[in-house]
Amino acid sequence: MNASQAPESPDAPIEVRLEVNGRAIRRHVPPRMHLADFLRHELHLTATHVGCEHGVCGACTVRLNGDIVRGCLVLAVQADGCEVTTLEGLDASGSIADLQDAFVRHNALQCGFCTPGMLLCAAELLERAPTTDRAAIRDHISGNYCRCTGYHAIVSAVAEVAEKRLCSVRFEAGDAK
Amino acid sequence: MKPAPFSYLRPDSLAAARDALLRHGPDARILAGGQSLMPMMALRVAQPTVLVDISRIAELQGLKRDGRYLRAGALTRHAELLSSALVRSWVPLLSRALPHVAHAAIRNRGTLGGSLALADPAAELPACALALDAVMHIHGADGCRTVPAADFFQGLYSTAAGDGEILTAIDFPVCAEGERVFFDEISRRRGDYAIAGLAAIAQADQSVRLAFLGCGDRPLRAPRAELLATDACRSGHVPARALLKEALAADLDPPSDLQASADIRLHLAAVLVERALRSWMARSHASLQETS
Repeated sequence: MNASQAPESPDAPIEVRLEVNGRAIRRHVPPRMHLADFLRHELHLTATHVGCEHGVCGACTVRLNGDIVRGCLVLAVQADGCEVTTLEGLDASGSIADLQDAFVRHNALQCGFCTPGMLLCAAELLERAPTTDRAAIRDHISGNYCRCTGYHAIVSAVAEVAEKRLCSVRFEAGDAK
Repeated sequence: MKPAPFSYLRPDSLAAARDALLRHGPDARILAGGQSLMPMMALRVAQPTVLVDISRIAELQGLKRDGRYLRAGALTRHAELLSSALVRSWVPLLSRALPHVAHAAIRNRGTLGGSLALADPAAELPACALALDAVMHIHGADGCRTVPAADFFQGLYSTAAGDGEILTAIDFPVCAEGERVFFDEISRRRGDYAIAGLAAIAQADQSVRLAFLGCGDRPLRAPRAELLATDACRSGHVPARALLKEALAADLDPPSDLQASADIRLHLAAVLVERALRSWMARSHASLQETS
């Protein structure tokens, strides 16, 4: 059953094909299963967390076709034909090793519940609009709630990584002259 | 919690979407970015039994200059508008407003059409559309028609798009030479719905358009305050706050709720007008200094 026909009963499973952390995945899912639940229960990728389940806490943040999204606000069937990257995938790629290291050194996680979403969110800022400005960092992560740290250490970790990455860009640019 | 069970359709054309909506009637809802509908379904304040996902329909996409207008497909994501050089050049009011829309993850999925069709009175884009005199393209059983923003927003979550109709594109008039824009909103935290907000345009002849969010059951123009603001732009003097508040009270109808009383919202509306005027005056002053 694919999404162009009307199933006879609501919740009848629909086929979805997508790529998750570089692996081709094919499953049948009920329409109402959201992407975060799909990742956790179908694929056992549990780094993506489910908090408020209505889009405000950010714990479910994942990448869809390279952009961060709320995993609880995307239906699994809507990810058909898409590329999804979870924290597991980012971790394996090594692309946020500096950020993960900074989080540990700054004590930017305690219970760890918000951490995957925070890392996904911060990673997008660092890739697209890196800034050491603490207010700008706070603005960007303000959709990710942390109940433990008070955010200061998280902002410090992100600012430190931004500084180091910007420095290395400047260094490379200088080298090229 | 989880949404109630529903069937899911993903038509690949506008005609197929329109047919699906006609066939299923009030049981069906349109799904685009899902950033408003999915929370409503998760909280079960909305329980459609059929979702018609229009997010892959090519006819609803695209962003291009078309003479006097910038035409944006209804599926244009907020993030695309925010990063667009076309929008920055030709509809700068949107570029000012979009950083206030929710957060990055929401902007990556949420759509222009979705925001306008939902018509939340505290949302940024409906107020911008009203300030800009945008024109909505609506596709229904009887074909296509256009509705100007002033007629499109009809009440709380209520627009001129009827059941089974689809908002397909929005035409934004491109900014004219000498036109200045202003957008600001007041909220407790970044990304929250505004307590009150203002989308404002000062045209080259100094006439001012003010469209408020969070001050009624829909985005609202404030004609009396616009007259005061126009005079202010011409004279260079910001009107007294009491005068502004009185003018605003005549045209706005702010709610009292958990966030703020109606009086606080009126106060904030006046503050926002002052901010707009001061920002324009500061820029005029700066450019005069540069040329002298």
